[in-house]
Amino acid sequence: MSRPAASQPAAAQLAVGSQTAAAQVAGAKTTGSQAVASGQARRRRADDRAAEAKNRLSSPGVSAAALAIAFFWTVPTAGLLVTSFRDDRREISRSGWWEAFLPSHWGEFGLGNYATALGSQNKLGTYFINSFVVTVPAVVIPICLALLAAYAFAWIEFRGRNILFVAVFTLQVVPIQVTMIPLLTRYVEWGLNGTYWVLWLSHTMFGLPLAVFLLHNFMREIPRSLIEAARVDGAGHVRIFLRVILPLMTPAIASFAIFQFLWVWNDLLVALAFAGNTPAVAPLTARLSDMVGSRGSAWYLLSAGAFISMAVPMAVFLALQRFFVRGLLAGSVKG
Amino acid sequence: MDFLLHPSGAGQKLLVMLIAIALFVAVVGLLLTLLSAPKRLPRWLAALGFLAPVLAAVGFGLVWPALVTVANSFKNKNGTEFVGFANYIRIVTEPQFLIVLRNTVLWVVLVPVLATGIGLLYAALIDRTRFEKLAKTLLFMPMAISMVGASIIWKFVYDNKVGLMSEAYVGLAHLVGQTVSAPQWLMNVPWNNIFLIVVMVWIQAGFAMTVLAAAIKAIPEDIVEAGRVDGVTSWQMFAHVTVPMIRPTIVVVLTTVAMTSLKAFDVVRTMTGGNYDTSVVANEFYTQSFSNQNKGLGAALAVVLFVVIIPVIVFNVRQLKRSEDVR
Repeated sequence: MSRPAASQPAAAQLAVGSQTAAAQVAGAKTTGSQAVASGQARRRRADDRAAEAKNRLSSPGVSAAALAIAFFWTVPTAGLLVTSFRDDRREISRSGWWEAFLPSHWGEFGLGNYATALGSQNKLGTYFINSFVVTVPAVVIPICLALLAAYAFAWIEFRGRNILFVAVFTLQVVPIQVTMIPLLTRYVEWGLNGTYWVLWLSHTMFGLPLAVFLLHNFMREIPRSLIEAARVDGAGHVRIFLRVILPLMTPAIASFAIFQFLWVWNDLLVALAFAGNTPAVAPLTARLSDMVGSRGSAWYLLSAGAFISMAVPMAVFLALQRFFVRGLLAGSVKG
Repeated sequence: MDFLLHPSGAGQKLLVMLIAIALFVAVVGLLLTLLSAPKRLPRWLAALGFLAPVLAAVGFGLVWPALVTVANSFKNKNGTEFVGFANYIRIVTEPQFLIVLRNTVLWVVLVPVLATGIGLLYAALIDRTRFEKLAKTLLFMPMAISMVGASIIWKFVYDNKVGLMSEAYVGLAHLVGQTVSAPQWLMNVPWNNIFLIVVMVWIQAGFAMTVLAAAIKAIPEDIVEAGRVDGVTSWQMFAHVTVPMIRPTIVVVLTTVAMTSLKAFDVVRTMTGGNYDTSVVANEFYTQSFSNQNKGLGAALAVVLFVVIIPVIVFNVRQLKRSEDVR
C-alpha cells in the first residue's frame, strides 16, 4: 500500500474540478450520500448485463490468461506462508517450499519459526508493539485535524478560501523526501529525535493534505438545507460541526482511516529517517528491512517475520475492503 | 517524566500512546470550546480557528522544509558553503549517478505500463464473471501489505537455491537436456533491475485493476449494446469500445503509478540496498542523505524527484481539461 498512489491524481484532478473526474470514472456522481444510491443502481445494471452477456470474453485462451495472472499474484505469497510454517530450517534451505506438501515432509510443519521470531533473541513482538503505538495516534490525529479544516473549507465562507484549499491539497505532490533533512535537524535540536512523538507528528503532517482533500469532498456533498436548518435553530459552527456534520461523515472517515492506517503501518521511509532501527521505537518494517540485509537467507526467520507484519493490514483490508475501494475511487480517480 | 520520551516496555509504551491521544483530545476540545464562545465570532476568526492546526502542520511539515531543501541543494556536503549547481552537475555527469538515472527511467516507464496493462487486461477478463470478487481480491492483496513484505516475498522467489524462479529455471534447462545452476538473480547486472521492477508491478497492478474495473463498469449500456448488435467480437469490443471509453482513466492510472514508482525506495532498499547497479533516485537520496551524510547532494536528489513529478502533473491536468472540453 502506498499513499501516493491515491494522492497524486487527486491533486491533479481537483485543479480541473472534482465533478469532471467523477463523471469520467464512475459515469455518475458517487460522492458521499449519493454513492450508495448510484452504487445500487449500478449493481442492478451490472446484474442485468451479466445475465444477458454470459460469454463476452470467455474463450479458453482468455480464461488461461486470467488464471495465469491470478497464479502469479498468489503463489509467491503462498510460498512464503508455507515456509513460515516449516520448522526444519535445514529443509527450508534445501528443498523448495512446494515439496513440503509431500507426505515425507509433513512432519516439518509447526509454529517454531513464529516462536523464534517473537522470542527473546529477535524480539519481533517488541517491534509489533512499536508499530501499533506509532500507528494509532498517527491515524487518529490527522483525521481530527483534517475534519476541522475540511469543515472550514466546505462550510465557512471567507476570503481566499479557494486559493487556500488548492494550496493545501496541492501539497500532496511534495515528495516527503524533500522534507526529511530539515525536519530531522529540528527534531534533533529539540531532543525529540528517535521518540514516538516525532513519528506521530511527521505522519500527521504528511497525511494531512490527502485527508483534508478527501474529507472535504465528502463533506461538501452534505445537503445545504441540513446546515441551514441547524443555523436557523441558532446553532453555531461548533454545534453544526459536532451534531450535524460528524455523524454523516462516518463512511468517509472509515475510508481515509484505512488509507492512513495502511500507509503508516507499512511505512519504511519515515520510520528509518526519524526512528532509526532501535527496539525502543522502530516499527516492524524498519526491523524487517534491516534483517533482510543482515540475515538475507534466514528464511525461517524472514518468512515468519514478514507474516507477523502483514497479518494486521491483511485482516483490516479484507474486513474493510469496501471502504478502501470507495476511498480509492473517491480520492484518486474522482477528485 | 522521562518515560514520556523514552518509555520502556510494552505497558509504558501503550500508556504514553494513551497520554498522547488524551492530550490531543484536550487541545482540540479547548479549541472547540473557544470557538463556541457565546457571542458570534467574526467569520474569519471562526475559519482561522478551524484551519489553524492544519495550516501550522503543513506549513512546518511540508512548505518550510521543502524550501530549506531547495536551498540546501545548492550548498556543499555540510551545508556551509554555496556551490551553485555543482550537486546537480554531479548527478547528470558522474557514471555512478547516470546509472541511477537510467534505472529511474526504467522504473518510471516500465512499472506503469506493465501494471496498467496487466490491470486492464485482468479487469476486462474478469468483468461480470462468477468469481469477480475473489479474483479482484487476489490481485488487490499486495496493496495491503508493505513494500518491505512484498520484497521479502519476492526475494524468496529469487533465492538461487530454493526459490520458485530458480527451480523453474533449472527445471526448464533440464527439459532441454542442460544441467545448470541458477544464477544470483539480484546480482545479475543489468537484468536485476527488471527483477526489482517486477516486484513493483506486482504491488501496483491491483490499484490499476480496481480503478479500471470501476471505469469499465461505468461504460453506458447502449454503447455496449450497439456493438453487440453490430456483431463485434469480444476482442474488437475491448479494443474499439472499452479502451477508448475509459481512456482518461487509463491516463490517470498510468501517471499515478509512475509517480508512486518514482518516489518509492522500499523495494530497492530492502532487496539490494541499491547495490549491483540497482539504485534509483529515491534510494540514492536516502543513501546520500543518511548513510553518506552528504546534505547537499541528498537535497539535490530530493529536488530532482520533485521536479520530475511536475510535468507529469501538468500533463495529467491538461489531459483532464481536454476531456472536459470534449464533454
